Amino acid sequence: MRCQIAIAAALACLAPAAFAQTAGARNLAASCAICHGTDGRAVTKEVAALAGAPREQIASRMRAFRDGQRPATVMHQIAKGYTDAEIDTLAAWFAAQKR
Amino acid sequence: MQRRDFLKLAGAASLAGCASAGTPSKARVVVVGGGFGGATAAKYIRMWDPSIDVVLVERESSFVSCPLSNLVLGGYTTMTDISRGYDGLNKYGVQVVRDEVTAIDAGKKTVRLARGGDIAYERLVMSPGIDFNFNELQGYEAAMQSGSVLHAWKAGPQTVALRQQLEQMRDGGVYVISIPMAPYRCPPGPYERASIVSAYFKQAKPRSKVLVLDANPDLTSKAGLFKRAWSDLYQGILEYRPNSRAVGVDGSTRTIKLELDDVKADVLNVVPPQRAADIAQKTGLITTNNRWCDIDWRTMESKAVKGVHVLGDATLSAPAMPKSASMANNHAKIAAAAIVELLNGRNPEPVKIINTCYSFVSPKEAMRVSSVHEWEPTQGTLVPVKASGGVSAARSEAEGNYAWSWARTIWADSLA
Repeated sequence: MRCQIAIAAALACLAPAAFAQTAGARNLAASCAICHGTDGRAVTKEVAALAGAPREQIASRMRAFRDGQRPATVMHQIAKGYTDAEIDTLAAWFAAQKR
Repeated sequence: MQRRDFLKLAGAASLAGCASAGTPSKARVVVVGGGFGGATAAKYIRMWDPSIDVVLVERESSFVSCPLSNLVLGGYTTMTDISRGYDGLNKYGVQVVRDEVTAIDAGKKTVRLARGGDIAYERLVMSPGIDFNFNELQGYEAAMQSGSVLHAWKAGPQTVALRQQLEQMRDGGVYVISIPMAPYRCPPGPYERASIVSAYFKQAKPRSKVLVLDANPDLTSKAGLFKRAWSDLYQGILEYRPNSRAVGVDGSTRTIKLELDDVKADVLNVVPPQRAADIAQKTGLITTNNRWCDIDWRTMESKAVKGVHVLGDATLSAPAMPKSASMANNHAKIAAAAIVELLNGRNPEPVKIINTCYSFVSPKEAMRVSSVHEWEPTQGTLVPVKASGGVSAARSEAEGNYAWSWARTIWADSLA
């Protein structure tokens, strides 16, 4: 038990703050994979391929879906579940993924 | 640098005591059940931290999807099309063990396999799915064993058997589907099934009828969209009766007994009341109404048994959260994120998740319900985000294409 705590503490010291931020973005983005594929790599041609797409494009489309300015079958309802900050986080994370 | 390596090795030896594959690892996670929840958890833990060993124990040789299995009943797709192997998990380094877990010792942190032997774990993920409360339906088990009543509520042999019964039924016969009180697996599933069987009858046995006996006071999901489809497409074929709870069956006459009367069927499809699967019960994970497993929605960790994370249909659902494939897959990501953080000595953060469920109402037309769920600290659970979510504007072939796209994508996200 003492050993476990010591190791947990040691590992915690190794974790930079940046990693926590990346993990948060990664976790937020993971939910999208049910339709857009793991890490945003699309499995079918029916949905947008998010991995490696331009950050600005992802963010502006999400906002347009949310605000009803871009027609959608589902994304208008899902985009309303995300704040501006979350949309920017998602856009940055997907833009950084390998296609 | 040297010190870090030493600590990793020390960690592997002391935390998990695991010798699998001979490589040093941080810890071992055992996942019980390879459905949408368990397979996804196994894959994502390895993706997000390859220094964690993951063993997935699954009793079936391949995965059969409940979503889209209703299309098999109409003859509009095949079992092969909705099945996937577990080989796709190999590339993530998940060790898939084909066996059944018969007991769990949460004190010693071991699971026992049916074929013998124990596996030690640091964290356990339970994604056991559902089993049925057969005892609430007099005569059910005997009738099911004789094949005269089926549930087909776990995609597999009963799906095939029900399709055969529908094909063999005389034109002019009656197919009865009985729906239990909510909550049960896949709220719109029974209404989709009634629609697809109606489509098949309309095309192949036009004098036949579909009778929906629902224990609930109204449709439990997408009510307006289903009712519209039924009145547009299946008038004279499909009849819906709310407040019709089954209490028993007579297999020899294919009769379903309701609280007030009996109904005779040619094909009798009774979906029994459900609960978290047997192994969850055996492990002491069931906390609520003798049926469901309450968990901490930030980590999916059981409120009853420490170190055990429960996913999918077995959970006590959060407010307005359906028992669905999309939810099980995303429960798995909450658990994977939490387990990776915990095994690295960090604090897990809550994760926002999306639900999306498509239902077919004809061979090509579908409609959908979606919601976004986030952690709400004062209520201590996940709740739907205000103003988000909703249903399709109307059923359409476009939504049917999206339904297939969703299915192929979530199968790959969970298993490949």
